[in-house]
Amino acid sequence: MTQEKEALLEIRDLSVSFRRYGRGLGQTELNVISDLHLTVFPGEVVAIAGSSGSGKSLLAAAVLGILPGNAAVRGHMRYRGRELSAERQRELRGTEIALVPQSVAFLDPLMKVGRQADGHRKPYPTGKRRALFRRLGLPEETERLYPFQLSGGMARRVLVSTALLAGAALIIADEPTPGMSLEQALEALSMFREMANEGKSVLLITHDIDLALAFADRVAVFYAGTTVETAPAADFRRGPEALRHPYSRALWRALPQNGFQPAGGFQPYAGNLPKGCPFAPRCPLRTAECEEKMPPVTRVRGGEVRCRHAT
Amino acid sequence: MPLEARNVFFRYHRKSPWVLENRSLTVGRGERLALLAPSGYGKTTLALLLAGYLQPARGEILWDGKPLPAKGVCPVQLIWQHPEKAVNPRWRLRKVLEESGRLTEDRLASFGIERAWLDRFPRELSGGELQRFCVARALLSGAEYLICDEISAMLDAITQAQLWNVVLEEAEKREMGLLVVTHNRRLAERIASRVVDLSEEPAQ
Amino acid sequence: MRGMNRRACALCWAILLAAVLAAVYLLGLLIPDEAVAGSFLHAKEAPSLAHPFGTDALGRDLLMRTLKGLSVSVTVGIAASVISAVIAVFVGIAAATGSKRLDALINWCIDLVMSVPHTVLVILISFALGRGLKGLLIGIAATHWCSLARLIRGEVLQLRAQPYVSVSGRLGKSGGWILLHHLLPHLAPQFFVGLVLLFPHAVLHEASVSFLGFGLPPEQPAIGIILSESMRYLSTGMWWQAVLPGLTLVLIVLLVDRLGNQLQMLLDPYSAQE
Repeated sequence: MTQEKEALLEIRDLSVSFRRYGRGLGQTELNVISDLHLTVFPGEVVAIAGSSGSGKSLLAAAVLGILPGNAAVRGHMRYRGRELSAERQRELRGTEIALVPQSVAFLDPLMKVGRQADGHRKPYPTGKRRALFRRLGLPEETERLYPFQLSGGMARRVLVSTALLAGAALIIADEPTPGMSLEQALEALSMFREMANEGKSVLLITHDIDLALAFADRVAVFYAGTTVETAPAADFRRGPEALRHPYSRALWRALPQNGFQPAGGFQPYAGNLPKGCPFAPRCPLRTAECEEKMPPVTRVRGGEVRCRHAT
Repeated sequence: MPLEARNVFFRYHRKSPWVLENRSLTVGRGERLALLAPSGYGKTTLALLLAGYLQPARGEILWDGKPLPAKGVCPVQLIWQHPEKAVNPRWRLRKVLEESGRLTEDRLASFGIERAWLDRFPRELSGGELQRFCVARALLSGAEYLICDEISAMLDAITQAQLWNVVLEEAEKREMGLLVVTHNRRLAERIASRVVDLSEEPAQ
Repeated sequence: MRGMNRRACALCWAILLAAVLAAVYLLGLLIPDEAVAGSFLHAKEAPSLAHPFGTDALGRDLLMRTLKGLSVSVTVGIAASVISAVIAVFVGIAAATGSKRLDALINWCIDLVMSVPHTVLVILISFALGRGLKGLLIGIAATHWCSLARLIRGEVLQLRAQPYVSVSGRLGKSGGWILLHHLLPHLAPQFFVGLVLLFPHAVLHEASVSFLGFGLPPEQPAIGIILSESMRYLSTGMWWQAVLPGLTLVLIVLLVDRLGNQLQMLLDPYSAQE
């Protein structure tokens, strides 16, 4: 695929933790993302798939530098080969890196959405924005509405349009489709696809693995705060033999169309992650070493995987 | 004792358009009906009506031929899409289950709930684990019908399959009626004995 | 207080403040009346070691009078803010859970009370009830519940829209049960923060209304009275009679306000974890 090109966004060993109060006066560190690896190349759509509330959205916030004050970030993030410092994040966000946020709450409630999508770009890209609204199936009068007058699906499409208008090289879309009808979701995602074909990149954060598989070039499987496997989407279509990590295989088998067979056990909660591999307690292949140490990232058959026993 | 929506009309405000217009639907005891539709077809509204959270503007919701009881434990229980909103964030989960009246700890295993979770707060559990509590709470209340509104849409596939195994097993054991609201056709086909697609079936 | 986290910091403030308030209150009770008796031998003395706050025109020790006055202020402040906060909770819940008409009526009342300056209302009520401690207390309690009531109303409306509250109803729980188990525990933080933040208002209103002569009777050693008396002697250079009791009052009020803000930061879900 695009491995030879220089990576647009490169994340190495990223950890995000929160300081928070327990009972009484003590404070504890809560690790939400740990040792996450992810690479996004120009011209591709990379999906991060994992269950809701598992901390995927924090990855977007970490890349953009908009985490809340009690969060601590460790690890390396590089954008176009250069370290992504707080200063550089401020510079890049909104122009080079755009976010499609998860919720309607990200719209200014007191501003008409047309004006809001135009942003502070002068001259206002009104014509371009209208064309975009049309393609996303937003009726013409939408631009004169306030956010509270929009349905959930309409608001999401407005959010998508703001990111597309930014002309950014990297779009991070955080659950962009819930509330949209299938056709609208497909249209929105095919616009991301087109952008990728023009050489831009899209990082699609979603809990919907079917959606991820349909549109992404590569899928990163997110489990208990880290990416356990990054594989070409085609491998998921081929079946469990083509996948590398035991969790990805279990995930595949649990899909309604592939047998609906659940693996036992539970995804550990951010507050009590196991010491070693997060999947070890449920893993059929685990050895003593897995329970002791987080396995390193290895390249196996054109994918990246965090498992000692990957084949 | 079937659960029936008969020629139901509903809108949220007197001036807004109808969300549901002349909609009818019947779920029998022991039946697993999946309701499939894209957003905007009033799936959630129908679920809320059938569980007695909303009253239809016109038409009737009938359980065993009679309107749903306004007081007391409702025989139709709804499981919400977002479990973290359906449990009081300040309560330990033991209290959440006790709210349904009869908490018997030996039944927890069949709901896929570990005993240690009972003393935790909701924010200390994942969405999938919390959703099991919502299912358990509804089952413990002695419901005859479960309405599941996208209960696994936010979960990963493994947790989804685990949750549905619990629901299907319990439903079969007690011969409950299930109404499964979902946008996922593959899921609907996997779990339901009958699938109704609201977008294909125009209102009468 | 560096090196401590916010929660520990707030706890220290709370303890410090509770100690100061208790000390002030107890001192006020324990100081015998003789200590504030007049003595023309010592009239109009500037602050000294024997009389740290000086003495007034009748030779009364101002430190003792200030402490007694603060004790009255603290009593009025606590009583009035507790009554006000309780009224606010009842009114707020009634507005949020009652009929639309009741809600409209309550909102109208709130607007009405808020549209008149507090001081004027307190004076009117206190005057109508024959002044004194009772009139003042009722006056302050009856005027300070509005904004907290509005806050509680909003909070209850939001809570009632939460799925877990409606689930409770479908599980057969009555409205009263839901109020007691779901709503009230959620309101506790708002209630306490509101209570603490009401206290400075109540104290300052007590002092200002007494200062204007519509509150406590002149023989009572209250801060407002002391300040009002001091006005007559300011031009003769007796600065201590106004400045020192006034500063003490400001200090107490600032302390309580500080505590209220700390509490708010701790209990507000958006800043609680910072």
